[in-house]
Amino acid sequence: MAVDALAPDLPAARTTSAGSGLWRYILIRLVLIIPTVLILVTLVFFLMRVTGDPITAALGGRLPAAQLAERVHQAGYDQPILLQYVQYLGNLVRGDLGMTITDNRPVVGILLQYGSATLELAIYALIVAFAVSIPLGLVAAYRRDKWQDATLRIMAILAYATPIFFVGLLLKLLFSVWLGWFPVSGRAGTRTELLMSGIDTPTGIYLLDAIRLGNADAIGDVLWHAVLPAVALGLLTAGVFLRLIRTNVIGTLGQQYVTSGRSRGVSEYRLVTKHAFRPALIPIITVMGLQIAMLLAGAVLTETTFEWKGIGFMLAEYLKARDFVAVQGIVVMIAVIVAVTNFIVDIVAAMIDPRVRY
Amino acid sequence: MIDRNLPTPSTETLAVGTPRKRRLSERLPVLSQLRQSVGLQRGMLITGLAITLFFVVIAVLAPLIAPYSWAQQAVDGQKFGTQQPPSATNLLGTTVSGFDVLSRVIWGAQTALLVIVAAIACSIFIGILLGLISGYFGGWLDRVLVVVADAIYAFPSLLLAIVMSIVISRGQSSLGAGVMATALSITVVFVPQYFRVIRAEVVRVRAEPFVESAKVIGVPTGRILIRHVLRNSTRSLPVVITLNASEALLTLAGLGFLGFGIEATAAAEWGYDLNRSVADVTSGIWWTSIFPGLAIVLVVLGITLVGESLNDLSDPRLRTRRRAGGAS
Repeated sequence: MAVDALAPDLPAARTTSAGSGLWRYILIRLVLIIPTVLILVTLVFFLMRVTGDPITAALGGRLPAAQLAERVHQAGYDQPILLQYVQYLGNLVRGDLGMTITDNRPVVGILLQYGSATLELAIYALIVAFAVSIPLGLVAAYRRDKWQDATLRIMAILAYATPIFFVGLLLKLLFSVWLGWFPVSGRAGTRTELLMSGIDTPTGIYLLDAIRLGNADAIGDVLWHAVLPAVALGLLTAGVFLRLIRTNVIGTLGQQYVTSGRSRGVSEYRLVTKHAFRPALIPIITVMGLQIAMLLAGAVLTETTFEWKGIGFMLAEYLKARDFVAVQGIVVMIAVIVAVTNFIVDIVAAMIDPRVRY
Repeated sequence: MIDRNLPTPSTETLAVGTPRKRRLSERLPVLSQLRQSVGLQRGMLITGLAITLFFVVIAVLAPLIAPYSWAQQAVDGQKFGTQQPPSATNLLGTTVSGFDVLSRVIWGAQTALLVIVAAIACSIFIGILLGLISGYFGGWLDRVLVVVADAIYAFPSLLLAIVMSIVISRGQSSLGAGVMATALSITVVFVPQYFRVIRAEVVRVRAEPFVESAKVIGVPTGRILIRHVLRNSTRSLPVVITLNASEALLTLAGLGFLGFGIEATAAAEWGYDLNRSVADVTSGIWWTSIFPGLAIVLVVLGITLVGESLNDLSDPRLRTRRRAGGAS
């Protein structure tokens, strides 16, 4: 340790080694995604097939036995499971997740169609979460164990303890039904939906589509519909972020360089927002990446509460219809998203902090 | 060794050679931390314990407290009616199916407690077993298990629980089977967490000299694992258990809310009740959603408060110290 600190800091040598180290790290992490996704896909595939085929699950009892067997045979569900597994993986690599059983649509099409809605909701929710958690987390850390901290911590725990759909229902009850400020559900009013159906190649992200329409009413309407779902999902995430920021900033606030900065007359505001917050960001970013998984699960419940027609809403619909091909496709896709997000988060963390690479 | 001017001990004090065995109250995980805590942390811990205790009492005494059964639609031949506002017969109103909300909230506590206990018991057992074997023996099994656990851990727990409940019950659930199926679905989600915690500790303890000396004197491996390794690897378990208990309840409620948990006639479940109340909310019927929702919030809040305080108390950076001069 002491030797390291005394070793001369050759700038040129340092940058090259750090550069190649980062690329090596990125490459290793990239390769590591494959087993993660493969494990999840395998796990989900075998788990879903262990107890029977999806056609019997969806249509069993509604079709005569012979007709059912015929359909099972057509779809190849009577073949050995290992063969099915290899075929499934092959199709997956080609980007084919099969056809839904209940409405006979390609699963990939559903994911593309509704994925943008979920993405839009997740982005709004993240904006709410950051806007709420960063200032409040810093306050809680700075006023540690004072009443501000106590209040904020209890609020953070409450945000965690309240199931997201209950938050959604409460918001709906208060702001839509009783006060009438916000729409009850959906992504846009019927007028706006009608206007948007006129656009060619819609992005599916309603805000972008509304901006392309250039219609101020439509933009307002879309944003108005997004407020309650974004707040519901954002508050849940904000609770976790707040606790995370508090803990880590408390750690860095106790460091000697903060005391030394204070003795040099650095303002308290600057000490907290720069000196203490920046180094605390590394663990925060890492855990935030893990929270993406939670955000997606939260999105499933939020979308169901607000009838926000995204992937989560469709997942719940297909679950109800017992269409397990669709369910499997959506689950696999979320697994991929989570793995890729974790990869990006690791890279960002490594870029910020050279110590992460090992 | 530090202070060389120690008075020479008398024979009596020397005779009492064996160290005083720590009292039971000092060894119990939660109680010892309660004694350690001060100020705000103590307040949080006590509040949490009180809420949790209240929840357990309600759950256990549900048959005595609840005015009606969870799937009862009439009393003395008189139908409750559906979506009735709170009244003298139905203190918290009735649901869209004509069930008594108060009774369902109380019986729901029992379901929640059963699922939490079953889920945690199963996941601890499997998690500890795998963590112990994986951490102690290492090798390819260890590597495979770690990769699998990491993959599962990164996945949204609710989705995994959905997949598991499809597997276990094909989405349909009967009486006791519904509770067990849900508990098992949640178990799978939590096993990786216990696995990680225990494995990390086992890897640390494995290298300790006392394990090596036990090996040298020929203690059987099973005994080393249980007596020497496991008993020194459980220190972070209470925190993980409490935090998981609240997560288990949230997962249960989430499953129920997606209509995938326990059927209304099989048992009362808060998440399912909230699912049925989504349409009520739009027409301004508040009592069907508020009460089951508040029940979830209260229980999760209580358990989380306990877990949070235990977590802070076990982390010296976060522990609020007693002021100098007070009892250490």
